[in-house]
Amino acid sequence: MSLKEKLLSSFIVFENQAEVDSYVNEVRNEAIKTFEEKGFPTKKDEAWKYTSLNKILKEDYSVFPKQENALEYKDVKKYFIHDIDTYKIVFIDGKYSSHLSETTHDGIDVCLMSAALTKPKYRLVIENYFNKASNKDSLSSLNTAFSKEGAYIHIPKGKVVEKPIQIIHFSTGDESSTMLQPRNLIVVEENSHVQIIERHQSLTSNPVLTNSVTEVFAKKRAIIDYYKIQNDTQASSLIDNTFIKQKQESFVSVHTFSFGGKLTRNNLNFYQEGERIDSTLKGVTIIGDKQHVDHNTLVHHIEPNCESHQDYKGIFADSSTGVFNGKVVVEKEAQKTNAFQANNNILISDKAAINTKPQLEIFADDVKCSHGCTIGQLDESALFYMRSRGIPEKEAKALLMYAFSNNVLSSVKIPEIKERITKIIAKQLGVNIGFDL
Amino acid sequence: MLKIENLHAGVEDKSILKGINLEVKPGEVHAIMGPNGSGKSTLSSVIAGKEEYEVSEGNIVFEGEDIEELAAEERAHKGIFLSFQYPVEIPGVSVTNFVKTAINETRKAKGLEDMPAKDMLKLIREKSDLLEIDRKFLSRSLNEGFSGGEKKRNEIFQMAMLEPKLAILDETDSGLDIDALRIVANGVNKLKSKDNAVIVITHYQRLLDYIVPDFVHVLHNGKIVKSGTKELAHELEEKGYDWIKDEVNV
Repeated sequence: MSLKEKLLSSFIVFENQAEVDSYVNEVRNEAIKTFEEKGFPTKKDEAWKYTSLNKILKEDYSVFPKQENALEYKDVKKYFIHDIDTYKIVFIDGKYSSHLSETTHDGIDVCLMSAALTKPKYRLVIENYFNKASNKDSLSSLNTAFSKEGAYIHIPKGKVVEKPIQIIHFSTGDESSTMLQPRNLIVVEENSHVQIIERHQSLTSNPVLTNSVTEVFAKKRAIIDYYKIQNDTQASSLIDNTFIKQKQESFVSVHTFSFGGKLTRNNLNFYQEGERIDSTLKGVTIIGDKQHVDHNTLVHHIEPNCESHQDYKGIFADSSTGVFNGKVVVEKEAQKTNAFQANNNILISDKAAINTKPQLEIFADDVKCSHGCTIGQLDESALFYMRSRGIPEKEAKALLMYAFSNNVLSSVKIPEIKERITKIIAKQLGVNIGFDL
Repeated sequence: MLKIENLHAGVEDKSILKGINLEVKPGEVHAIMGPNGSGKSTLSSVIAGKEEYEVSEGNIVFEGEDIEELAAEERAHKGIFLSFQYPVEIPGVSVTNFVKTAINETRKAKGLEDMPAKDMLKLIREKSDLLEIDRKFLSRSLNEGFSGGEKKRNEIFQMAMLEPKLAILDETDSGLDIDALRIVANGVNKLKSKDNAVIVITHYQRLLDYIVPDFVHVLHNGKIVKSGTKELAHELEEKGYDWIKDEVNV
């Protein structure tokens, strides 16, 4: 039985267990039909030309993983940003871990999707926002059909959330490979500000496939800083679908740090539904072995006077491969749009490869749009310059690569994250970097 | 200190240096002059260990050791410093962090601990004052957006920090106005001692008014064709290089 067939037959079981209101049920039923029609994407789909799911879909995934292990905080502490106070929404094998979490209903809702989908008091928010930003593509639809658990964050008007919120999904399955479908909903009302850190972490050597959907709504003048730390084991694959709808004068930034995982696909979509909106998409990818990271971004400029800033850096070693597919659409009404896109890559092995494809679709005539892609090796003259000052080749290379990714880090607003990422980068580059940049 | 014997070097099949002989002793200042394309920059790159140049014959001995097989960083650790004609821009790395890294890597190679932060700060302060460098300048990305003069001053600042035994100044005067030239030359002169040596590579005599050489060598077509004292530099300034070419061709 193929994974698709398995999922379709599992849906019948899933549907019978589900205790949610009729709106959600309807959405799920629609979604499974969409998935049944479309199936998993293949390389024939333009958006999946350079990323093949074939191999990872051959695994016999357990679709409803059992929670096999309780986790002790001390054993998994290192996966948290633990040196600052944070809210935590933690899942183990798709199920909520109250033991590891720190949620709140005190003025803001930082809690569980399962609660929001079933309790009447959340019904209005769910009906207004659930599945209202997500695409109807096959993988997002698959997630929608099985959506049951994840983070639910609702920040009412005028709240500055002092502590960052961490969303962490652990997988522990000892016996079999597992497939997870986390579903997050984040609604930030007018003039509110929140910082979110998301991480998917496998603790097993068995294959894990995560097909995640996160919907984010930023209302008027809301500010959201979102950090995705992707440093999973090499048996884990992640399809991360993020949909962000912004209202006027809101600021949303998403930083994606991709170092681990076997196959990572980031579908990051911004929809600007108001004037003077600012969207920032930044990423650092440093991979090796046979790892694959694909960034598929969309910024949809719908109204005038908005900005978007995209800056993705990639360093590819060994036989690793990367994809950057960045689409910017500027509608006819979106005059005075300022859209900037850059994708710079360094290949440090002859076998590494990157496919980079900027796509600009501009229908307005008074806009500033720029894009630039570079693919290069390390600058030999810079290396000689550094070595002639006594910096050994390996450290010189690391310094150059670190400097290369540095301007992406400069916009990270949580110092502990910057420090953490710096350390991961140093480790990834195989040196002990003893300087701060 | 440095002894170069019958050095032949080039890039791929193109031979550039065709038998250089040069001996530099501690405390000496040597000037190497010559027209464009004579091999001046190649000579400095070969001494510093740039890998794209291949040495086909002869040897380079530094403090009694043949250094041909040593990597550029190992030569730097032994005390060879090259001030670049065109210093490379390195965005994202500040002047301070670069210099700190260079010093601590050199110390590490000698089996020493990192320099304490306090000492480093003091040294940076002292040497930046010597070269009249604004502190703000030190937190900027290395050479990025620097003027020609700032780049050269920054090279000499690094030299002052690293305190090499042998400093090679490759066309350090190019791109400098007279004030910057004075500051740079003054810095070099203050760093001069009986234990270290300087090779000044230049096209013009101008810098040699400030950094006075003990010996002047004329490089032409990959060979040192004439050596003398500082008067030779004045002669070259007056007559140009053509008379040397004529003399050699005869």
